Amino acid sequence: MIEIPEAPAPAPTPAPAAAQGSRGWLRSNPLLAVGGAISALIVIAAVLAPLIAPDPGDAGSATHPFSVLKPPSAHHWFGTDQVGRDILSRVIYGARVSPLVALFVLLIACAVGIPLGIAAGYFGGWLDDVIMRLTDIVLAFPALLLALALAALLPPSMTSLTIAISATWWPWYTRLIRGQAASVAGRPYIESCRALGISRRRIIFRHILPNAITPLIVQVSLDVGGVILTASALSFLGLGAQDPTPDWGLMVSEGQTYFTTDWWVVTFPGLAILITAFAFNLLGDGLRDLLDPRRVILR
Amino acid sequence: MTTYLARRLALAVVVVAGVVLLTFVIAHAVPGNPAASWAGPHASPAQVAAAAKYLGLDRPLPVQIARYFAGIFSGNWGVSIHTHQPVLSNIATAAPASLELVIAALIIALAVGVPLGLVSARRPGRPADQAIRAGSILGVSMPIFWMALILQLVFAQRLHVLPVAGEYSPNLLFTNPLTKVTGFPVLDALFTGNWPMLGSTLSHLILPAVVVAAYPAGLISRMVRAQILDTVGETHVQMARALGLPERDVFGRYLMKLAWSPVSAAIALVFGYSLVNTFLVESIFDWPGLGSYAVASIGTLDTPAILGVTLFVAIAYVIANLIVDIVQAVIDPRIRLR
Amino acid sequence: MSFGARNVVNVDHLGVDDAEIVGLAGESGSGKSMTTLAVLGLANTVGATVAGSIKLDGRELVGLPEKVLIGLRGSRIAAIFQSPSMAFNPVFRVGDVALRALRRHGLTGSEATGRVEQAMRGVLLSPDLLRRYPSQLSGGQLQRVAIALAVALRAEVLLADEPTSALDVTVQAEVLELLRELRSRDGMSVLFISHDLAVIAELCDRVAVMQAGSIVEQGPADKIMSAPEHPYTADLLASVPAIERRA
Repeated sequence: MIEIPEAPAPAPTPAPAAAQGSRGWLRSNPLLAVGGAISALIVIAAVLAPLIAPDPGDAGSATHPFSVLKPPSAHHWFGTDQVGRDILSRVIYGARVSPLVALFVLLIACAVGIPLGIAAGYFGGWLDDVIMRLTDIVLAFPALLLALALAALLPPSMTSLTIAISATWWPWYTRLIRGQAASVAGRPYIESCRALGISRRRIIFRHILPNAITPLIVQVSLDVGGVILTASALSFLGLGAQDPTPDWGLMVSEGQTYFTTDWWVVTFPGLAILITAFAFNLLGDGLRDLLDPRRVILR
Repeated sequence: MTTYLARRLALAVVVVAGVVLLTFVIAHAVPGNPAASWAGPHASPAQVAAAAKYLGLDRPLPVQIARYFAGIFSGNWGVSIHTHQPVLSNIATAAPASLELVIAALIIALAVGVPLGLVSARRPGRPADQAIRAGSILGVSMPIFWMALILQLVFAQRLHVLPVAGEYSPNLLFTNPLTKVTGFPVLDALFTGNWPMLGSTLSHLILPAVVVAAYPAGLISRMVRAQILDTVGETHVQMARALGLPERDVFGRYLMKLAWSPVSAAIALVFGYSLVNTFLVESIFDWPGLGSYAVASIGTLDTPAILGVTLFVAIAYVIANLIVDIVQAVIDPRIRLR
Repeated sequence: MSFGARNVVNVDHLGVDDAEIVGLAGESGSGKSMTTLAVLGLANTVGATVAGSIKLDGRELVGLPEKVLIGLRGSRIAAIFQSPSMAFNPVFRVGDVALRALRRHGLTGSEATGRVEQAMRGVLLSPDLLRRYPSQLSGGQLQRVAIALAVALRAEVLLADEPTSALDVTVQAEVLELLRELRSRDGMSVLFISHDLAVIAELCDRVAVMQAGSIVEQGPADKIMSAPEHPYTADLLASVPAIERRA
C-alpha cells in the first residue's frame, strides 16, 4: 500500500536560474562575460596600438642590433627578438593583423555564401543541387588544407592569405543560409505572400533574412577564432605575413630557431594567439547559448 | 541499409571526381609557368617549350582535363619537381607516419573527451562543468604549432622526460632494426615482437599525438555534453530510472549511446582537420610524414607535390566520412531502418 | 513538492491498497505527473524537492538514500508513462533496459530473460518482440511491453501516468483490461493518473480529484461520479459528454 499524506509548506532550494538584474546575468553567463571582456580588450588594444605600445617603431622595420634577444625585463616586458625589436609592441600591433584578416575573410564568406545560400534554399530544384554539390566538393577538403594549397601557389602576402582562407570558408555559410532559406520558404505563409503578388525581393529581405540573422551572428562569432588560428598557422608556414609585419604566427616561426635558449620570442606571440582565439570562442559560445532558443541551460 | 550506403557511396564518388577537378583548376589557375619551373631557372626557351610539350600543356583544355583524370586514376599523379620521383610514391612513403599520428591522437582524444563530456553533463552548471567547458574551449583555441614547441621545450629539452623528435631512437636501428610489415612503426614493432623498438616508437609518439589531440578532445567533450543535455529530459530516461537503474548506467550507457552518432560524425570532421594539423607539427618533431613532405614542397614551390598531397588528404577525408557513415548505420538503428 | 519557492503539489492524503486501482483525475498541469516522480524519489531530476511523507507498506520513502531507492524502483514500485513511443530509448532493443535492470537487482542473465519472456506472454505479446527496436512496434504494443516489464520486475505498485492518452480507443481498451487483470490476478496496486474522466470512471475502484496540486475530493468511484461534493469535480464531470460505468 502507498500513502501520500500531508506534504506541507514548500521546502525552498535557492535556484540560480533567471536572476534579475545585471549581476544575475553575469553570474549565469560567466563564460560569455569573460569572453566578451577579453575580446573587447583586444579590439581596443588594436585600435589604440600606437598609443599603448612602448616602441611603435618596432612594429615596422626598425632594428636595434645592440639589443638583440634580450630576456623580459622592466624595459622590455616581453623581451626583444632576433633583430632587437620590442616584442610587447609587436604583439600589441599584431592585434591589428590577425583579427583584421578574420574580419575580411568572414565578410567575403558572407558576401559569397549568403546569396548562394538564399538562391539554393529559396529556389530549390537544380540550382539547389548544383550549389550543394559545389559546397560538398569544397568542403571535402579540410579547410586548412585547401587554404594551404591556395596560399602556397599564390605569391605570399596577407592578401593571398585572405583570399585563400575566404575561398575555403564560404561553403559553411552557404549551407547555413540555405537551411534557413529552405525552411522558411517552405512555410505556408510564404505561399500566401506569393499569391498576394509580393515581389521575390521583398520576401527575401523581409522574411527570410531576418530569420537567418541570429544563427549567422552565432556562426560568425564562433568562426573568428577559427580563422585567426588558420591565418596564424599559414603565416607560421611562411605563406602569409612577411617580415616585418608583426603577425603573431610569423613571430612564432621566426623565433623557432632561438627557442631553446630564448624562450620569450616564441612564447608571447603564441600566447597572444591562444588568448585571442580563446576569447572569441568564449564569446561565440556564450552568444550561442544566449540566442539559440533550443538550448536549455539546466541548473 | 544497403540503399542508404549505396547512396552515400555514389555521393562520395561524385565528390571525389569534383575534388580531382578542383585540384586541376587550382593547378592551372595558378600564376606562374609550370613548364618553366619544371625546366629549371636556367632553361632556354626551346627547353621550356619542350618541357611544355612533355607535360602536355600545349593540348586543348578538355584533353588536359581528361588526361589528368586518367592519370590520377591510373596512379600517375605527376612527378615531383623537387625529388623527380613520382608524387604518388612519395606520398605512399610518407603517409603511414602521418596516419599513425592522427589515429593515435584520435584515440587519445576519445579516451579523454568522452569521459570529460559525461562528467560535465552529469552536473551542468556546477564548477566541474564550468572547468571542463573552459578547458574544452581552450583545447579548441590552441595554436598547434605553438603548443608543440612549448611542450617540446618543457618535457623534452628541459625535463628530459620524453624524446625530442623523430619516430624512434636512431640508435635502435643498429641493435633492433625494424622490419616493415604494415608501414606503421608502432604496429610493426608490435607484430614482430620488437619490444625495445615498441617502447621507443610509443614514447616518441606521445608528445606529437597529445598536441594533435588537443583540438579533437575539446570538440568531442563539448559534443558529448551537448548531446546528453539535449536528451536528458526525455521520457525514456525517466523510464530507465523508474526501472531501478543507477544514474551511472543511465548516463554512461543509455544516454551515451545516443551521443555516439553525432560524436562519430565529429570524428570524421576532426580526422581531416587533424591530418592537416599534423602538417604543422611534423617539422617540429622531425616526423617523416606528409606534413614534412608538404612543407618541403611549399618551400620549393613543387606544385605537383602540393597538389598530390592535397588530393590525397581530400580523398582520405571522403573515405573517412564514408566509414563513419557505415559505423553510424551500425550503431544507430534509426538510420538503418529508414 | 516544490520547485524552488513554488509549491507545486500539496497533497493531504492519498492512499492505494492492494488489489485496488485508484484514479487520480484532474486537468493537465494540475501536478498529477509530478506525483509519479515524487513517489519514485525522482523529484530531484526535474529540480523539485519533496517535503512530507510518502509511505510504502508503512515504510517511509522520503529521505531514503539513493541506493535504497534504486533497489525499490522497478522491483517494488514501477511506472508507465504517457507516450509509449518516447518511453523507450530508440537505439536500444525494447527488452534491453529491463533485462539490465533485472540483472542489477540480482538475477542471472537467463533468469532475467525467463521472467521477462513470461511477462510478455502474460500481456499476450510474443517474447520475440523484445528483440525489436521501439520504432518497429506500435504504441499499443509498446505500452503493453512497458506493463510487462513492470510485471517482470514483480512490482507491487504501478504508477500509470496517462498511459492511454496517446493511444486510440480500441488499443486503450486492451490496456485497461490488462490493468484490471493485474489488479485481480496479481493483486497489484495501481495509481491511474489521467485527465480523461470517462476512462477513470470505467476502470477505477476509488477516485481522487486533483486541482492545482491539491486533492479536493476522494472516495469510491461510484459515489464521486454520481454525487460529487466539490464544485470542481462537478465541473469536470459536466464537461464529459457521457460516462459509461462498469457494473
